[in-house]
Amino acid sequence: MWYLCVFYHRLLDYRRPEVQSLAELFGGPGAGDAVEWRMPENHHVDSPFHLVRLPGDERLAAQIANRSKSASPDRLIHHHSLAKLLLAGLLVKGIYELWGQGTTYEELERAVMAYPEERKLPYLTPESTFKIVVDSFGKGRVNLKKPDHKFFVMETDDYGCNNGLPPVAQRTVFFGREVGAADRHLLPTYQLKSRKYIGPTAMDAEMAFLMANQGLARPGKLVYDPFVGTGSILVAAAHFGAMTMGADIDIRVVRDGRGPDCNIWSNFEQYKLPEPLCILRADNNVPPWRPGLKEVFDAIICDPPYGVRAGGRKSGGRKLIKGTVAPYTVPDEKRDSHIPSTAPYSLAECVHDLLHLAARMLVMGGRLVFFFPVVREDGVANPAKYPEHPCFRLLASCEQILSMRYSRVLLTMVKVGPYTEEVEKAAEERRREFRENHHKWMEEGNLHSAVFSPADQAAAAADGKPAIDRDSKPKYRGKYV
Amino acid sequence: MRLLTHNMLASNARGAVTGYPLKLQVVKWSTKEAEPNPEFLRGMLPKIDWPALVAATQALGLPELLPEAPPTDAELSAEGAAADEGSALRRLHRALLEIHIEEGSLVCPDTDRCFPISRGVPNMLLHEDEVRN
Repeated sequence: MWYLCVFYHRLLDYRRPEVQSLAELFGGPGAGDAVEWRMPENHHVDSPFHLVRLPGDERLAAQIANRSKSASPDRLIHHHSLAKLLLAGLLVKGIYELWGQGTTYEELERAVMAYPEERKLPYLTPESTFKIVVDSFGKGRVNLKKPDHKFFVMETDDYGCNNGLPPVAQRTVFFGREVGAADRHLLPTYQLKSRKYIGPTAMDAEMAFLMANQGLARPGKLVYDPFVGTGSILVAAAHFGAMTMGADIDIRVVRDGRGPDCNIWSNFEQYKLPEPLCILRADNNVPPWRPGLKEVFDAIICDPPYGVRAGGRKSGGRKLIKGTVAPYTVPDEKRDSHIPSTAPYSLAECVHDLLHLAARMLVMGGRLVFFFPVVREDGVANPAKYPEHPCFRLLASCEQILSMRYSRVLLTMVKVGPYTEEVEKAAEERRREFRENHHKWMEEGNLHSAVFSPADQAAAAADGKPAIDRDSKPKYRGKYV
Repeated sequence: MRLLTHNMLASNARGAVTGYPLKLQVVKWSTKEAEPNPEFLRGMLPKIDWPALVAATQALGLPELLPEAPPTDAELSAEGAAADEGSALRRLHRALLEIHIEEGSLVCPDTDRCFPISRGVPNMLLHEDEVRN
């Protein structure tokens, strides 16, 4: 049936995909794809009010919206020693059985009267308690304590305050019975400012939880982050009960941290989460997996270094690749203490290696979730530029605008094709291409200069046309929130 | 570093043929108890290279821990297996997940390249002259 799904007014692009991932998780394979959406009449797609049809009964809706923790299937929490699992969506404020809507209270009353009695009576028995919460988007809020059933009257209007949205074309009043509502109380616990060990690019806690949900991280699943850093993404995956593994090219980050009590491991201890199965120092460009090993991870979730805030590095000397020094051999007596020289890692090669890793190491149906940077053209990200791979189908792309010049897009892909010899051969060929044309790739993928060069320079590059048309920027905050 | 990780890694240095299995040299190891997860172990077992895992337990001086042949799915699913310390499930759990190599090294069988393990983290990064062309 159709429900009214009310979202928090933030991370707008991430909201529907999160509901679909949770539907897949609680409703079984295919349930995510079966979710249908429509907007209430006169509502902009960025409105917090959406209508959703879920492939299942009210139990599924309640699980997605986190009404009752006991509703979560036992198999999901079976091995997890923590009772305080946050098992549901972060961006869903509530899911409601819609009893009626109207543009005025009179119209709403008529609609509620007309709603079938057999749907209403079970919740209106004399012995049950209830409360009516008056909620609004952009107005005040009334609250009471612990009733059996909660009914909501929600009103949206512009009254001179547009909450960062385009003006509401038509006042709408909804009346619905609450099926489930969000639980965001854990977010403050995990916020980065109270975490012991963080780095300059540590993933914000809310985003890390969203990424873990997109990867369907749950007990019994194994999640890998090849760019683990201080472990912020794996902390979220471990919170959902998944086993975790991570690698990084920087030994100081993964082994040393800031001392024995402030490192990746201490971040897991801090939240009483099981420590990662393995943290290793390795280069995703030259992965250390044994021959024949494949299909071991259920999800790969990461934020690759794409050269805006932190540049990627790969094995092989910087000067060797440049050709400023002739090939040399590290003397035997210095091998133990030698610090390997690394070379810059182009975004294109980094993404290619990531897709290849995922094609090989993910189980069928496993998910690859990662951020991909997009230079904004005329104020929008161009979906044609998202990477593709024959083993993967794109499930969702969620944009988060970071500046006038660029966005990061969270891509969620599912492995639909097996890792075959042809796939392996094609990847090897592409790899050679990258090695032989290192400079070309470094320049083409140079996001740093696209993002940070002075505006007039960027304008000159685009034939005198202003690079950024300031009028094209939406007046409301949209994806910025 | 757990033995599960050892089972997944190989040397990728120039000159290595398969680079596998890596010889395990242990300076310091410890045991940390963890909650057994039968579902995870059953899923992982088919991915494990059994002879390499047995060899790793022998390198640690634990020749009795694992049998020559991998346990069957039925053995792992047997009732009460998680509670019985001597069960195939618990032995596999101990071998893969409870043993930690703190200090030591992994040695490439083809080139003798030594990958150090320090503070539990194996360092698989290559020197610049070892990257294959």
